[in-house]
Amino acid sequence: MTASFPASAYLGDEDRMQSHLQDRPPAGRRASPWADVVFSALAHGAAWLTLALLAGILVSLVIGAAPAIRAYGLSFLWTSEWDPVQNRYGGLVMIYGTLMTSLIALVIAVPVSFGIALFLTELSPLWLKRPLGTAIELLAAVPSIVYGMWGLLVFSPILSRFVQQPLQSTFKDVPVLGSLFSGPPVGIGLLSAGIILAIMVIPFIASVMRDVFDVTPPMLKESAYALGSTTWEVVWKVVLPYTKTGVVGAIMLGLGRALGETMAVTFVIGNFNQLDSLSLFQAANSITSALANEFGEAAAGLHQASLIYLGLVLFLITFIVLSISKLLLQRLKRREGRVT
Amino acid sequence: MNAPVAMATPDAAQLARRRLHARRQRRNVVALTLALAAMAFGIFWLVWILVETVRLGIGGLSLTLFTEMTPPPQADTGGLANAIFGSLAMVTTATLLGTPIGVLAGIYLAEYGQRGWLGHTTRFINDILLSAPSIVIGLFIYSVVVARVQSFSGWAGVLALALIVIPVVIRTTENMLSLIPNALREAAYALGTPKWRVVLTVTLRAARAGVITGILLAVARIAGETAPLLFTALSNQFWTSDMSKPMASLPVTIFKFAMSPYENWQKLAWAGVFLITLGVLILNIVARTFFRNRF
Repeated sequence: MTASFPASAYLGDEDRMQSHLQDRPPAGRRASPWADVVFSALAHGAAWLTLALLAGILVSLVIGAAPAIRAYGLSFLWTSEWDPVQNRYGGLVMIYGTLMTSLIALVIAVPVSFGIALFLTELSPLWLKRPLGTAIELLAAVPSIVYGMWGLLVFSPILSRFVQQPLQSTFKDVPVLGSLFSGPPVGIGLLSAGIILAIMVIPFIASVMRDVFDVTPPMLKESAYALGSTTWEVVWKVVLPYTKTGVVGAIMLGLGRALGETMAVTFVIGNFNQLDSLSLFQAANSITSALANEFGEAAAGLHQASLIYLGLVLFLITFIVLSISKLLLQRLKRREGRVT
Repeated sequence: MNAPVAMATPDAAQLARRRLHARRQRRNVVALTLALAAMAFGIFWLVWILVETVRLGIGGLSLTLFTEMTPPPQADTGGLANAIFGSLAMVTTATLLGTPIGVLAGIYLAEYGQRGWLGHTTRFINDILLSAPSIVIGLFIYSVVVARVQSFSGWAGVLALALIVIPVVIRTTENMLSLIPNALREAAYALGTPKWRVVLTVTLRAARAGVITGILLAVARIAGETAPLLFTALSNQFWTSDMSKPMASLPVTIFKFAMSPYENWQKLAWAGVFLITLGVLILNIVARTFFRNRF
């Protein structure tokens, strides 16, 4: 070992020198051209897979729903009878529940998110921006089952006692409001589902709004400030008009989330398949909670097909809403490229 | 300004202007106070939910939670061992399955298809899948897998979760790769590096922290998903490590237990909610700090 080691090392060196003298490029180091082709194909394939996924979801839902579509056609959408015993199905109650809870959620979430975005972009001291932004985003990370359980066991008793009962006794005799607030004030139903949905979509709407507000060119805002505008006027008359497509996009994103939310709604909506009053306190049902509760036990056949039909309706609605959101946000982004 | 003149003749126009000024200031103060209130409103819910989760969840924490199976109603003992194991197994497998596809599609979007219809369409569709109702994913896997095989299974659950991982990973991978300056790519190409090596050893390597953040966020997302598991993996009262059988998971068990009137089940459900919230929030915070330290 003592003598041979330096010798062999020297030999190696000489070998390398010889190959250098022969003036050939180092051989065998080049990657085979196949690697590039294979890698590119894999990347393309993954992109195609994403597209195939969407198509697959749509096709499988249509096939699954086919018996119900054949039996009811579009009248499924405005028939409210849902009777597994008689095997007659209509989706109006669930569709109404889904739309109504999402509407309540937006009515609450949009102003609050706007306020949060305003606070984060214009008011918050720099050192607080990040922690507060993160806290709001963490609100989005909490799993929906946690919202559901908290909503059912903690929130709804409080809602019933401190909000619903006072509202009911105050507005008992007022014509329209009275009927909105009629029904058993047990804390379970459209209103509590809507409120919990609002809490869940606030982070989505607020963080997109904040990003969108940040897009406004500082020059525009500073010009307005220089003319003596107050902060509120800058936001309301400069930032908001400049970013309105993005703001609507953010709201649509929140709506898309609210429409498709399952677990939180299932816990608190009450799963009641009848629509006999306008009341917001009434237990109701939504597309997602009907699926969550009934699909596992539904017998193959019309019942299952009707549930899949509901799923298809939900998917189409959210697809349209999310597409609008995406298109609006894209438009704002394109303009940002042009103006600045 | 000419204050002396104004003081001498406080005419109507001047007064009107002052009133207008006061009104604008008042409106500003009201609006900003409301914004502050909105911020407090948002934080309030987060704090309330976390406090209740800890308060009600911590009581159910014990060693038996991790060693014993889910009990029948009104039993004295019992834990969540099978559900915790099922969740871990399904989330891990789904992440391993979904991540490569997501990363590859992200690479496609950032490195191959910046322009062109396939790139645009994929990007658009992916953003929609990102927010698509997860219960519909469950329906899809039910009709494609469960209805064919005629049995609920852990694998079906894994597939459903993987389909949720993919869009999240695609999104972050693409975003992170497009942050990498082009000079880096050009330098590598100039040295004669083939494209696949440029992507794998230069750009993807440079964007590593961001991609890992995306994967962690995807794990956090599926760890709490209940809806896609309801009719794919179903649930199981007993321990199973056989993925071709129905498999318990933490979220589905919580759902079942929380909706029940039995006290021991509800207590376990709170303990489960505590575990899941803790895990998901820690994952989120780790992902964020990890990302921030690298960039």
